[in-house]
Amino acid sequence: MSVASRRPAALNALILIFLALWIIAAAFPFAWTVWGSFKVEADFFSRQSWWSAIEGTRTQAQTGSAFTLAGYEGAWVQNEFWKAAVNTLIVTVSVTCISLTIGTLGGYALARSGYRYAFWILIAALIFRAMPHITLVSGYMLPFFQLNIWGVLPTTIIVLVAINQPFTLWMLHSFFLSIPKDLDESAMVDGCTRFQAFRMVIIPVMWPGVITTGLFSFLLAYNDFAVTSMLLSQDNQTVVPKIASFLGSIQNEGNVMYAVAAVVSATAPLFLLVLFFQRQIVSGLTAGAVKG
Amino acid sequence: MPHRTFFAFIFPSILAMVLFITLPIVSVVVQSLFVQHEAVLITVENCGPFGCENETRVDTAAMERLQAERPLGQFAGFSNYLNRNHLAFDEIAVILSDNDGLSDIAARIFNLPLYKALIFTLTFCFLVTPLAMALGFAIALAVNTLPSFWKGPVIFVSILPMIITPLIGSLILSWMFNPSGILGASLQSLTGDPTLSLRASPVLTWIVLLVYGVWTNGPFSFVVFYAGLQTVPQDTVESAKIDGASRWEVIHHVIIPHLAPLATFVALVQLMDNFRVFEPIVGFSAEANATSLSWLVFNDLVGQDSQLFGSAAATSVITIVGVLILLAPVLRRTWREFNQKVV
Repeated sequence: MSVASRRPAALNALILIFLALWIIAAAFPFAWTVWGSFKVEADFFSRQSWWSAIEGTRTQAQTGSAFTLAGYEGAWVQNEFWKAAVNTLIVTVSVTCISLTIGTLGGYALARSGYRYAFWILIAALIFRAMPHITLVSGYMLPFFQLNIWGVLPTTIIVLVAINQPFTLWMLHSFFLSIPKDLDESAMVDGCTRFQAFRMVIIPVMWPGVITTGLFSFLLAYNDFAVTSMLLSQDNQTVVPKIASFLGSIQNEGNVMYAVAAVVSATAPLFLLVLFFQRQIVSGLTAGAVKG
Repeated sequence: MPHRTFFAFIFPSILAMVLFITLPIVSVVVQSLFVQHEAVLITVENCGPFGCENETRVDTAAMERLQAERPLGQFAGFSNYLNRNHLAFDEIAVILSDNDGLSDIAARIFNLPLYKALIFTLTFCFLVTPLAMALGFAIALAVNTLPSFWKGPVIFVSILPMIITPLIGSLILSWMFNPSGILGASLQSLTGDPTLSLRASPVLTWIVLLVYGVWTNGPFSFVVFYAGLQTVPQDTVESAKIDGASRWEVIHHVIIPHLAPLATFVALVQLMDNFRVFEPIVGFSAEANATSLSWLVFNDLVGQDSQLFGSAAATSVITIVGVLILLAPVLRRTWREFNQKVV
């Protein structure tokens, strides 16, 4: 007895219309911006009609072709967006690796300790998770100026790792809880130390959890604006603050299109991430929820 | 696990959190009690071809010395909290004692920076969260009816608005809502008002920001609720149907109660995230019409040569208090459950 077969046609149509509208709402802004990034400003921000952005009349007139790479060239070459991309690569990879290393250790300890303080650490982590990042940033600025460590990548990496820890701990803690205690305890009966049991018995079965948590650490570092925009100097900017600084100098003709091209370039890695890791992202989002 | 091993394992994590979360909170509280130094003025005699005149200007050298001696600025007690840019008790007292009715009170309180930000932050928090959850639930129900071949691609597209960098997502939408962008231009021709734009209309700004919020928050609820739907006991659904329950009654009496614990979790996470709403204000350049608490802190810090650390810190402390108030019910419940478990 299938549920679908008994659904009236009108309801089915309604569901499909609703889904179609949602898919348009979710995907169209991206599709439109990707398409528009290959046009000139007069087309993408056309005063007359949005149809010219589709046909590219001005782009045709100005560049001789319906598509132009001018925006990308302006962003990547003229404005050295590649530098920001390299910085972002350094920051995200370091943040993910360090977060996971110290997070798995901590999450494992929290999952295996029955003492009261483990619970309090988790509650403290929950409160820290709720802190708006910018309020913490306003605490860092002055000390960092004094210590002369403001503006460089390592500082930002460490700060992002720390801001990331509460979430990483919670998530890995719940993954470790799902692994039976017998596993590491029997390894220890066989003569392993706690750390050997952790490294040789637990980590091999934890890879799915580690990868999922790593994805979210990566996303946090990649998507951050509050920390990177305040703690990095002009030369060390990562992608997101770099885009924000494009907006500051928008008066020059064509500069908006640099920002559009930069935005599309910055979206591409996220797109690929979802494409390859959709299953892990979905399971990661639900892991905390389903286990309560 | 023995205490020693536990702390050995968790030490790096704790160290990072203490150094970069706890200490900054202390630092924010301390900073909030100071204001930046007043400008040291000196009068210099400027002699040009047309005679001499006295000019007053800032003594940069003296300022730098002062800054080096006392980097925090000068002690100011609670004045950072009480001035016009923060809690503004004096101004509120004036407004309450001398006004032309409720709308006047509202309008004038809305002109005080902190209250303007607070009102928007709370509106955003408490409108976007339930709306996004409703949208997510609706999408989850709809996707659940699809043939499995279509589920993957639909989920892929649905996740995009959530995974996107907030600043980038809001920029993409703000370009579309630009008066010469596709949605902005369409809105103008639909309403027949050629001057309608985000900059000119506070109402439109608020609506667009809320729409952005629902757009970017909805997918999270969707994913969680969709996972929850897979665990709904089919026996209960079947027996409810055999007892004559309609489609709507099944949703109302079987599915929603089953998802209720998930909904609490989603609401908690989204309230926390929405309370720090910040990037959309920058992305939509909405600061003239809508600001948020996080944006106020950012705005104080972003000034190139006159960063208002004291003011930013005071706003931060007020924001942190807000977060604690928001979390209080959750913390109280966890505390109670924990005590029950122990006893």
